[in-house]
Amino acid sequence: MASGMPDSDRRLLVVRGLEAGYSSFRVLSGVDLEVRTGEAVAVIGPNGAGKTTLLRAISKLVEPTAGEVWLDGQPLAGLPAHRLPELGIAHVPENRRLFPRLTVEENLLMGAFPKSARSQWRERLAFVYGLFPRLRERRHQAAGTLSGGEQQMCAIGRGLMSGPRLLMLDEPSAGLAPVIVQQLFALVRRIADEGYTVLIVEQNIQQVLRIVDRAYLLETGRIRAAGPAHQLLASEDLRKAYIGL
Amino acid sequence: MAIFDVFLLEAVLNGLLFGGVLALLALGLNLIFGVIDVVWICYAELVMIGMYTVYYAHVVFGLPLLLAFALAIPFVALCGVLLHWLVIRPILGSEPINQLLVTGGVLIFLQAFATLLFGIDFRNLGVSLPSLALGDIYLPWSRILAAATALGAMLGVWAFLRFTFLGTAIRAISQDRGVMPLLGADPSRIYLLTSAIGGGLAGLGACLLVLQYDVHPAIGLSFGPITFMICVMGGLGNLLGGFVAAFIFAQFVSLGGYFFHIEWGYVMAFVFFVAMMFLRPQGLFARRS
Repeated sequence: MASGMPDSDRRLLVVRGLEAGYSSFRVLSGVDLEVRTGEAVAVIGPNGAGKTTLLRAISKLVEPTAGEVWLDGQPLAGLPAHRLPELGIAHVPENRRLFPRLTVEENLLMGAFPKSARSQWRERLAFVYGLFPRLRERRHQAAGTLSGGEQQMCAIGRGLMSGPRLLMLDEPSAGLAPVIVQQLFALVRRIADEGYTVLIVEQNIQQVLRIVDRAYLLETGRIRAAGPAHQLLASEDLRKAYIGL
Repeated sequence: MAIFDVFLLEAVLNGLLFGGVLALLALGLNLIFGVIDVVWICYAELVMIGMYTVYYAHVVFGLPLLLAFALAIPFVALCGVLLHWLVIRPILGSEPINQLLVTGGVLIFLQAFATLLFGIDFRNLGVSLPSLALGDIYLPWSRILAAATALGAMLGVWAFLRFTFLGTAIRAISQDRGVMPLLGADPSRIYLLTSAIGGGLAGLGACLLVLQYDVHPAIGLSFGPITFMICVMGGLGNLLGGFVAAFIFAQFVSLGGYFFHIEWGYVMAFVFFVAMMFLRPQGLFARRS
């Protein structure tokens, strides 16, 4: 176990005092967060709270200015972003970021880029198609021609193709119709039930809290509240501030 | 009147053959731009290096011509890798205008270096292939072989891009480079691979052109600006657009040469290019976004 790492049994992701930002503008001011193996955890909060930056800092798209991140006891400091997928982190970014002129299947195959994943692409593809039958129907179609919900499924499927130990989803419900959002969250729950560890960032607070085990409330770059999802869902303050009930 | 038409047909066929080689060069330049987002203004100077390699290997060192070709292609591919590693990599994040200036500087450097090294003499292989006679039409075998080989190579590149994992990754990175690290791909390695392919295509182009043209330090100027124009006309980075634009351009030159004079063919091609820049500034096959 790496030195300085808090003693843990099933903690897959540990974030301590994470600070990050863009040029002189600090977005995250010391975030602490943990995800245990097999858990589905949400980071909720208003627009601009730093949710996306948190995921980008974990996956090294922005270099943290302070703090540490461990994956299963291994410190991630000093590793470039493209090394993280082979260690087991799959980050499904904001706005899906599919390759619009590649087919659905080609997009999925690109998710199996790490050497450790390439030999198992057949089984994983079958798994993803089993999870999202719509993607199998449209596998030869350009990804740019899919509907928003299908594109999000394709992006999540691409993330699953590396066989990740931690699946990080950035606002998967953004821009989708309410009925599609419900289906999508049901699918995320199913992925968690399949045994995947999920860290999901969402503005759609009420709905995401119904499908995750625990959640953190992020406000202006700091964790303001944390706890089991049903507790946060029942919390008076949170309901008043964000859910509007 | 009948003989008139035969010569017209000959001009069209020659234009097709010329277009094949131009399309090969355009493919190399487009591939580099599409993936790395940098225009190698000095692309035709790589062709010049390849032509000198063939010349020295075959004429000076007496190697068989095919062996000279087999040496020149990987050598120019290596030059492409070095160009990327030494010159492009440090300026990847720079302003496009600075990237143009740097690769333009490489163009001048390579021309001057070749002048120092090889002198200004025009050199040729001394290989002269016969022409194919089809009735009254004569087509030089050197052009037929060049066009056929270029088409074969383009088919090979297409199959590589379409059916292999790395080829798919090259197409992917040209659509969204920012997301590649999240998939575990190191863009810098894909850039090196693409630079090698782009260099290799320039090397192959050199082998095909050295059969038809003399080598001299400024030979790149005969093909560089044309190749760049073709790529812009087809939409920079658009491989199919560049392919079609190469044949349109070659027909202008060939038919212009038939009706007026070869120089008028170039004038008309350039006028067409300028007109296209007003009518379809995004290229022939602009994608609707």
